[in-house]
Amino acid sequence: MDLTLKIWRQKDATSSGAMETFQVTEISEHMSFLEMIDVLNERLISEGKEPVAFDHDCREGICGSCSMYINGEPHGPDRGVTTCQLHMRKFKNGDTIHIEPWRAKAFPVIKDLVVDRSAFDRIIQAGGYVSVNTSGNTQDANAIPIPKDDADNAFDAATCIGCGACVAACKNSSAMLFVSAKVSQLALLPQGKVERHDRVLNMVDQMDTEGFGNCTNTGACEIECPKGISLENIARMNRELVSANVSKS
Amino acid sequence: MLDSKTPEGPIKEKWTNHKNNINVVNPANKRLIDVIVVGSGLAGGAAAASLAEMGYNVKCFCFQDSPRRAHSIAAQGGINAAKNYQNDGDSTYRLFYDTVKGGDYRAREANVYRLAEVSANIIDQCVAQGVPFARDYGGLLDNRSFGGVLVSRTFYAKGQTGQQLLLGAYSAMSRQINKGKIKMYNRHEMLEMVLVDGKARGIIARNLVTGEIERHAAHAVVLGSGGYGNVFYLSTNAMGSNVTAAWRAHRKGAFFANPCYTQIHPTCIPRSGDYQSKLTLMSESLRNDGRIWVPKNKEDVESIRSGKKKPVELKEEERDYYLERRYPAFGNLVPRDVASRAAKERCDAGYGVNETGEAVYLDFASAIMRYGKEKANILHMNNPSDAEIRDLGEKVIEDKYGNLFQMYEKITDDNPYKTPMMIYPAVHYTMGGLWVDYNLMTTVPGCFAAGEANFSDHGANRLGASALMQGLADGYFVLPYTIGDFLADDIRTGPIPNDSPEFMEAEKETKTRLDALINNKGSKSVDHFHKRLGKVMWDKVGMARNAEGLKEAVEEIKQIRSEFYADVLVPGTTNEFNPELEKATRVADFLELGELFAVDALERTESCGGHFREESQTPEGEALRDDKNFAYAAAWEWTGSPSEAKVHKEELTFNDIELKQRSYK
Repeated sequence: MDLTLKIWRQKDATSSGAMETFQVTEISEHMSFLEMIDVLNERLISEGKEPVAFDHDCREGICGSCSMYINGEPHGPDRGVTTCQLHMRKFKNGDTIHIEPWRAKAFPVIKDLVVDRSAFDRIIQAGGYVSVNTSGNTQDANAIPIPKDDADNAFDAATCIGCGACVAACKNSSAMLFVSAKVSQLALLPQGKVERHDRVLNMVDQMDTEGFGNCTNTGACEIECPKGISLENIARMNRELVSANVSKS
Repeated sequence: MLDSKTPEGPIKEKWTNHKNNINVVNPANKRLIDVIVVGSGLAGGAAAASLAEMGYNVKCFCFQDSPRRAHSIAAQGGINAAKNYQNDGDSTYRLFYDTVKGGDYRAREANVYRLAEVSANIIDQCVAQGVPFARDYGGLLDNRSFGGVLVSRTFYAKGQTGQQLLLGAYSAMSRQINKGKIKMYNRHEMLEMVLVDGKARGIIARNLVTGEIERHAAHAVVLGSGGYGNVFYLSTNAMGSNVTAAWRAHRKGAFFANPCYTQIHPTCIPRSGDYQSKLTLMSESLRNDGRIWVPKNKEDVESIRSGKKKPVELKEEERDYYLERRYPAFGNLVPRDVASRAAKERCDAGYGVNETGEAVYLDFASAIMRYGKEKANILHMNNPSDAEIRDLGEKVIEDKYGNLFQMYEKITDDNPYKTPMMIYPAVHYTMGGLWVDYNLMTTVPGCFAAGEANFSDHGANRLGASALMQGLADGYFVLPYTIGDFLADDIRTGPIPNDSPEFMEAEKETKTRLDALINNKGSKSVDHFHKRLGKVMWDKVGMARNAEGLKEAVEEIKQIRSEFYADVLVPGTTNEFNPELEKATRVADFLELGELFAVDALERTESCGGHFREESQTPEGEALRDDKNFAYAAAWEWTGSPSEAKVHKEELTFNDIELKQRSYK
């Protein structure tokens, strides 16, 4: 198929950017979206032009690197996938495709489609862990049985890949789905319960410091999340936060 | 002969005695010592977190935008541990035995025993961190089986075990970053190792955002930089996975051991076109429930390829479940090397089921019906219809492998609940790597290698669910102790200056190398050369190798390398975010490693594990080892060019396991 691409180009964090138009031809429907960009880049290099910069690594939907805002949707029109798992069979011959980076104050653009998501790391550093050192003497893994539902729900929350699609989808650039996924995972497990109050207070505090907006329950994040992280996690985080504030006051 | 410095004494006591006898750095002195960790995956991340907890000052480097994205995240199936929770007779010895046998008797016994010994601690540690492993209805941990073993000892979190374990290590690191004990350098790539007075004392790294070249000094350097499967261009590795850190250490004196030991994983999604950038793994755990087959008759193969017949229309007696036929004891759960070669054998004989003739079926129909019947019993259903049973069974399968089935469907547009998956072997893991002694130290004092970056534990073939085990064992439980033996001499050294002549020289050389690539202004992209290298590797140094092909490969790789330096085109400049320049430095190192890889494969005229020399096979076509001449690890010393590398041998002795021809029949 032949396509028109309108892609955001930006030299670096301090330059202003603009959309640039490219034509690509003979694109196979079996290609992934990133392989289609590879074809474009290979051509740009051979023409002596600068290829389009974009983040990517595992190309199987788990590392969370890829991050393209395609036709107004994070990771494009398919559901439950990252950009690298989006295939060209979702498009038609002659389509015009708009490709932009994640847009959020807390995710400054580094170049073209590459943004800086280190704000997510700093939120986890504020408390997204159980304070346990490496030790050959931790108690046996089966010493505390964990109800299967709790373990399963904790796992579902823990499958977040930290890609930032939730922030990109949100009109408020809120990171609540991301933060609540980690808060929920650890609040559901006995190992995480000890620090639950400090954890939620510190992580939410860091989230605000980074400049993410608040949640107004539109649910766009849940729809666009490639891992299907549920909005219930945000509700759980709000309960955790209220309970932490009460116990600390 | 190389000395592994394996401690004396009975194998069961070696590790304990060693820990009791090696040098220890006292807590106050640890604050005076800096350690660089390159890589933030299971080995690097676990080591960085543990070393920081102990008190060392850690600087950790990863090329990704966050340590959470290291390629360990993509590991699917599980992690082994000798917990014997299933009461099926598992033990430290049995895990040790399975791993040595699975590696076709080419691993170092003492290291493997230690690995088996600490495996149980790993599960305890991860659960304490909040890793949500799969559990049964009683709330206890669940297990599944993997290839090459007869017990159920694999712990898992659906098909995302690597992700959950890595996020555990990442969270432990994050805690230390927050405390200031780890300084994290995201989007940084190590481009050179720096030696001062013969010891590894730092690295030269490039800030991938600004392009700045930085000098980082420390008392020791730990490489947890993963494997080199991307030398094949197409592999299941992430696009950025590379050999550069290990190769740069090799060029500075670290011996590179057994580069030809590569794992070709049997269950990957077949390739579909020339544009393809990578291959996707379908976890080995699927072989617990999936049955592998091709049609018995060539006519059916033809009808399937031309679309006249669908695989589900073939009757049982028209199918050849070739693994069950050839290996009745292990069936679909034979080790990876055996399963891969068997698939290649059927496809080479003309039974491949897709257009390229390079695919076999992985079929879940029997498992779906079996689970469906069990579930119907539990629900006390009277005379359930086949359709009802199938629905119930599909739900069970979805619970176990949901994300893998979804991944398969997204890539192929086929529904694997209704029609069998198509799979074919692909490069997945590299057992070879930097040679290390029992302390995980390379032949360069102060340079350590952990996880896939070293060579020590898997011999010539790695069993499923053992990579996660080894990465975390090295990072959490081995290296944090053994590094003290080296660092104990450094408590009075003081900070290592980063402006010594050695650092300045290494920085200058690195800049010259990058400038040369940018100023080359040739006519072909980096990928052009990488693809050519990959094709030579796959065709002549892939699943089956022979002397003639290997000799040709050595010459062809030399040729591609010289063309690369003459004609590569790297756009942009050195002092900016430049992904093409990153690729160029990685591919330059792959072009050297590839040659050494072929040289190593040529030298080893026996077949063992993943290394199959056509000249050395049994009448049934199984790998035939030559223990008399090849029971050693080949550790190569850099002397200026890969073909001139000098081989050093570490003799492998087996005191606790009898050496015998591997059989899974």
